[in-house]
Amino acid sequence: MAVISYREAIRAALAEELTRDENVVLMGEEVANFHGAYKVSEGLLEKFGPDRIVDTPISEAGFIGMGVGASMLGVRPVMELMFWSFYSVAFDQILNNAANVRYMSGGLINCPIVIRGPANGGTNVGATHSHTPENVLANHPGVKVIVPATAADAKGLLKSAIRDNDPCFFLENTILYGEKGEVSDDPELLIPLGVADVKRQGTDLTIVTYGRCVLHSLVAADILEKEHDVSVEVIDLRTIRPLDIDTVLASVKKTHRVLIVEEQKPFASVGSQLAYMIQREAFDELDGPIHRLATIDAPAIYSPPVEVEQLPNPQRVLKAALAAVE
Amino acid sequence: MSKKAAPTAEPKASCAGLSAAAPINASLTKEEKIELHRKMVRIRRFEERSLRAYLSKKIGGFLHLYIGQEAVAVGCCTLMGKDDHVITAYRDHGHAMAVGMDTKALMAELYGKITGCSKGKGGSMHYFAPSLNYWGGHGIVGGQIPLGTGLAYALKYKKLKGAAMAFMGDGAVNQGAVHEAYNLAALWNLPVIFVIENNGYSMGTSQERSSAGPGLAKRAEAYGMNWGTCFGHDVYEVRATMDKFLTLAREKNQPSVVEIDTYRYRGHSVADPDQTYRTREEIEEYRNTKDPIQLFQKTLLAEGVLTEALIEQIDTEAKAEADLAADFAEASPFPTTDDIQKDVYWETDNPEKRTSKGRIFFD
Repeated sequence: MAVISYREAIRAALAEELTRDENVVLMGEEVANFHGAYKVSEGLLEKFGPDRIVDTPISEAGFIGMGVGASMLGVRPVMELMFWSFYSVAFDQILNNAANVRYMSGGLINCPIVIRGPANGGTNVGATHSHTPENVLANHPGVKVIVPATAADAKGLLKSAIRDNDPCFFLENTILYGEKGEVSDDPELLIPLGVADVKRQGTDLTIVTYGRCVLHSLVAADILEKEHDVSVEVIDLRTIRPLDIDTVLASVKKTHRVLIVEEQKPFASVGSQLAYMIQREAFDELDGPIHRLATIDAPAIYSPPVEVEQLPNPQRVLKAALAAVE
Repeated sequence: MSKKAAPTAEPKASCAGLSAAAPINASLTKEEKIELHRKMVRIRRFEERSLRAYLSKKIGGFLHLYIGQEAVAVGCCTLMGKDDHVITAYRDHGHAMAVGMDTKALMAELYGKITGCSKGKGGSMHYFAPSLNYWGGHGIVGGQIPLGTGLAYALKYKKLKGAAMAFMGDGAVNQGAVHEAYNLAALWNLPVIFVIENNGYSMGTSQERSSAGPGLAKRAEAYGMNWGTCFGHDVYEVRATMDKFLTLAREKNQPSVVEIDTYRYRGHSVADPDQTYRTREEIEEYRNTKDPIQLFQKTLLAEGVLTEALIEQIDTEAKAEADLAADFAEASPFPTTDDIQKDVYWETDNPEKRTSKGRIFFD
């Protein structure tokens, strides 16, 4: 166990999997010589060489599609999008090819590709660079969508994704890259996809969340306990598809109240699906309506102090939680 | 109405006059030549049979027929060694048959039956046979071209022999993904040949109304790639041209763009009325003067390889094969609703090896 950053944890996962399997390659814009736009791949070129750590042109449709084709023939590419926001540029390759090829071939072709990179807002880069595409991606059967909140989860989940035989989309929150945590150095320590983590135990309210909102929720939960005598359980989904709804339902049966917190636009979001599933499968357990806190419904605003307010933050979570237990 | 524009650029690697005498053709045995002819006839009869099934509403969706272009798929795919790979677009029946897929499974796929090559999940545009190095069958114009580049990348990365042929129509050349793929292939010296089957029309838009510049293959020059054009109605010429570029790819990792002049007699798809963008006379002229099967038949008669009786026999057999495929498709069952969620994820099809947890499908 060592205390390392989220960024270093992802790097460690890459290094371990590159070492374990020579079919694994890391590709993307600036991943090699520049060490990644967010320095995730620092040192990997030096360790694994230019055949395995590959700089691509700024050409998302081309290189993501190339990765899909290579994966069909036995390479296991990890493709870095400099920003997940650029998924729109490669959308045809991500969805028509990566997500569909197994199905359309009647199961003859596998596509073991990982597409990863920084996602989400909060870095004051405006609407083009602040997308949260997990709901769009997870809407497509055939893919898996992973959103780690901590360094340990980032490492264990990425290793599982690289070993998975289906296309995995791994969304790293830009702001979390510097967050530190205890991370195992056991190269066989995997975290299975589709297992939620109860980050905090509680009895009065269940907050269902993922990604950076886990951190906001934990801050708010401490305040709720100290200042309002409300005991909050915080569930980190970790994976959006597959979805560990059972852990959510078990918590609802304990607390009987739910707040969903997500860094998503509210319409047709991950939270929309969660709310539907909770009311369908645990309606009798609910002591009040399911509440939700999402990003304020507009493209990402640039103005730095206002963007903080547009996104979920600890204060907004606190307010929403109080409304949910009222 | 626009007349189909022929490739305008001078070929960089001309094979004119050399096609039949080129070593790749000169070394063909009599049986191999007959087989080239047979493959083209089988494709045409299969297509005609599938059209009948479509018109009697046995087949849903789109049906992009290959009739008129047979010499391209047969010419190219009969050059494949065991290490070579093919990927193509939605007009994929010809390539699928040329690589050796079973017509019964192909017809059953059109009928949406579980016995189809993609278990009724892909349809006409999505044929696949990875065991024959045939990687589909892709529905988005140009979307398969980065994938074909990826096949070539995988060959090079894994230090395998062989090359990839990535087929597209003339409409695909204006897609950005195609140019991104060209750039990657040229930048990284990947063993891929981008094959443009230029039948003159992207759906109903003639090439002269859709593509700027002096020829489609010549765009390769911007990327420092080899390029060539050829007369795609002559299977010998297709083979002679492609052999040259395949050798460059296999032996020197040099990518190329090859524009093959061809023509389709039917509409873009069967749903295309085919009356608004070209004349009946134009189609008839191609049929009468450039039909690839007729031309090759004539050549082989002159060579003394084919006889009228053998031509008749091959045609009868091809019709019978297509009928048999249709009978097989008719008799086969549809997938059931239980099949809908199979083949989505590797791990749900291999539950004993499943590593993820949680709910994977939703309702």
